[in-house]
Amino acid sequence: MREMNAVAAIAARDLLKFIRDPGRLVAAVVFPFAMIFLLGGTLQLNLGRSVGFNFIGFTFTGFLGMTLFQSTAQGLTSLMDDRQNDFAQELFVSPVSRYSIVFGKILGETMVAVAQVMPMVVFAAILRVPLTPTTIGLLVPVALLSCFMGGAFGLLLLNTMSDARASNQIFNFVFLPQYFLAGLISPINILPWYLEALSLISPMRYVIDLTRGVVFSGSPDYSRVVLTSPATNVAVLALMFAVFIVTGTTLFVRRETNR
Amino acid sequence: MPVIEVRDLVKRYRKGKVNAVDGVSFDVEPGQFFALLGPNGAGKSTTVAILTTTLSPTAGTVRICGHDIVREAAAVRRQVGIIFQNPSLDMNLTGEENVRFHAILYHLHPYRPLYRTMPAAYRQQLRELADVVGLGAEVFKPVKRLSGGMRRKLEIIRGLMHHPRVLFLDEPTSGLDTASRRSLWQYISELRRRHDITILLTTHQLNEAEEADEVCILDHGRIVALGTPHQVKAQLVRERLLIDAEDRAALRRRLADLKVPFSEDGAFKVELDERTAYEVVRAIDLPLTLLKTESPTLEEAYLKILEAGDA
Repeated sequence: MREMNAVAAIAARDLLKFIRDPGRLVAAVVFPFAMIFLLGGTLQLNLGRSVGFNFIGFTFTGFLGMTLFQSTAQGLTSLMDDRQNDFAQELFVSPVSRYSIVFGKILGETMVAVAQVMPMVVFAAILRVPLTPTTIGLLVPVALLSCFMGGAFGLLLLNTMSDARASNQIFNFVFLPQYFLAGLISPINILPWYLEALSLISPMRYVIDLTRGVVFSGSPDYSRVVLTSPATNVAVLALMFAVFIVTGTTLFVRRETNR
Repeated sequence: MPVIEVRDLVKRYRKGKVNAVDGVSFDVEPGQFFALLGPNGAGKSTTVAILTTTLSPTAGTVRICGHDIVREAAAVRRQVGIIFQNPSLDMNLTGEENVRFHAILYHLHPYRPLYRTMPAAYRQQLRELADVVGLGAEVFKPVKRLSGGMRRKLEIIRGLMHHPRVLFLDEPTSGLDTASRRSLWQYISELRRRHDITILLTTHQLNEAEEADEVCILDHGRIVALGTPHQVKAQLVRERLLIDAEDRAALRRRLADLKVPFSEDGAFKVELDERTAYEVVRAIDLPLTLLKTESPTLEEAYLKILEAGDA
């Protein structure tokens, strides 16, 4: 119970930081507007007919999955910022378990990521993406799984960084390719074998495909949009999460004391 | 039983070519004010990082309040409070939120999202400590808006919330102006008197260590002096006598006859090796215009030690 209080405090701190940052709040509204309305709308007008499915829905689900996954992963790097600002000292000299610190960070960044995608869901509903109450209800566990996956992935990446600057470079190197390999805005039904191999090891692919599996469920576009069944995506994500979280936490705790 | 026991402590950083801490051993008794001194890179902050469990030692053992810092790290963390060399406050939060965060991390109170929903005991303790360090209602302001001195006071409040038996002060006055530095030390003395806690200070402000019960001087990771400030000073620097007279030539002759070492730097500075000030003045037997004894400072002793180490 004591550890749960510490987890709640660590998580609440991240949410508070987000709420108090006007720049991030504005970005949370402007980004989905630009991506779904402008990019999705443009693609729908120019490519929608030829691909034969709702491109706004395709773009929305891509950005929804990507934002949940990447926002949490990047949020975990705030442990790096904390270390540079020396706030990590306060965390690491406290009697809280290192696992609780990691769990608190992932939970906090999950809340931030979910708060960030709220305007996106509203925009999608306005643009007539078919979102029934059941779909939105199903998106909740999908969002949590996507965030946890992002958190575990971010934690693993954190162990390869030496400072916050390195974290920016690694993120450009690691996330940008996944936008294409995971089919964020362009379909990846057909890929050359080497890109298919890279796509299969990209966690973002399973996050986005799971989101599409839920949103396009029951739609005639389902078979043209969704790559793998939601059950398979969930199984792969659960396996990846388990590997990343155990490896990431172990490396992180060891690195913090074995400097 | 010592509250801090350090035995043959060694730390070599992963990419280091030499030991940052090289076979350091010392004890700190309960309630003592212990000062760890040394130039930059002497190994002070590394020693404190190990003692506070944020860094693992390469070799040696450290026990805090009877707990081994490696095997019983969580128990050690409950017993210590730390004022870090670099401010470790969250600038996005208010002062009170920083303190609340600490109180929850130390399992003192359950998590509550608002100050007014925190238990009355927490609110009372916060108000009391804020008054003791002179922060008052400023504690509720965002940390960004607090001055450097206020932030230090806030860190002291935070460090004391869980009633630590040992308080580590790692260069606590760095970056503070003279007035803030003085008032901070007044508050630390007051807190020490009230709470009876052991203090381990690292500093290179030598005057801050004059009041310590024991000082330990580190250089290149090794102990070069250990003892009370008086013992350390007495080993290396003697008391001096400052005198002057109308007839300076006569005074110079008398001092030469007495065969006492002296120098002229405005007045006559006489080193008191084996004689007392009284014996010297009596032997001079001249009307003096200046008579003053000068006690050596810890800074002088410190500089001599470091000079000897570099020689």
